[in-house]
Amino acid sequence: MADPLRGQVMRLYKTLLYLGREYPQGAAYFRERLKSAFMKNKDVTDPENIQKLVARGDFVIKELEALYFLRKYRAMKKRYYEPEK
Amino acid sequence: MSGRVLVGVKRVIDYAVKIRVKPDNSGVVTDGVKHSMNPFCEIAVEEAVKMKEKKLIKEVVAVSCGPQQAQETIRTALAMGADRGIHVEVTGKDYDMLGPLQVSKIMAALAKKEDAQLIILGKQAIDGDCNQTGQMTAALLDWPQGTFASEVSLEGDTVKVVREIDGGLETIKINTPAVLTADLRLNTPRYATLPNIMKAKKKKIAKVKPADLGLDMTSRLEVLRVDEPPQRLAGVKVETVDDLVAKLKETGRL
Repeated sequence: MADPLRGQVMRLYKTLLYLGREYPQGAAYFRERLKSAFMKNKDVTDPENIQKLVARGDFVIKELEALYFLRKYRAMKKRYYEPEK
Repeated sequence: MSGRVLVGVKRVIDYAVKIRVKPDNSGVVTDGVKHSMNPFCEIAVEEAVKMKEKKLIKEVVAVSCGPQQAQETIRTALAMGADRGIHVEVTGKDYDMLGPLQVSKIMAALAKKEDAQLIILGKQAIDGDCNQTGQMTAALLDWPQGTFASEVSLEGDTVKVVREIDGGLETIKINTPAVLTADLRLNTPRYATLPNIMKAKKKKIAKVKPADLGLDMTSRLEVLRVDEPPQRLAGVKVETVDDLVAKLKETGRL
């Protein structure tokens, strides 16, 4: 793997792992799936493909952030506000 | 105007955790339980950072009161974009009894010391649910307050605040310096991802004690007992409408 790309992939993995701590089904569940998803692609060498996969990882980060926000927002709304008529 | 905004952030038990009452009913179990920043405080930080990004203010200072772990919450605020932090160290019994009165005294003292233009707080904490700190802080400083803010526009020396009230929305205009409390719909807080947290490690957190600010943390309140809410009784199913009417008459509701 080209050096700068390796750094990118490692950072992506660490960022996703950090995000996974808040995963609704548990951090361990998330970590398992994260690891297997990365391991599945461990033999990819083409830089273009790697970039595509990293971009997909960035997309997953955004999805997780949105998921966490919505969960929290809905919980707060339910607890503190009257149900809409 | 100094262009400095103070944001109060509280470390609370994470909103998704199931709360357990201690066996001796003296309080809630906190040891080993996941803690995070109060959701309304997150919204407050986001609003301050947004103001800075729009160049309406110059500096965002995150403040938290509590033991060493309060620094984690300040770090999250720094990762979201705050410039520096102030950790007011309160431990032991003082921390157990730390409430809106004590925190508002601290915020007021810091606001004067730091020459703050605005104080932004969450409207309430999900553990205490007091909804008092913002109001008390404004009273102690004799500053105007814009509470339950769902929209804030800083316009020179004044702030336009749209407030969520029972009847709907109320728009007010207040002078700065002022205290604002954030309501749920004010904004969408950004997530403090790992890269942001790493970058924020360089930012400074000053440590200060209430005594340094000339404050006494004695509480006027005493917690007598903490209990779980009463269990909801299981519902009863009936077969026909007549049965329903009979049951309602039986329990004296008809």
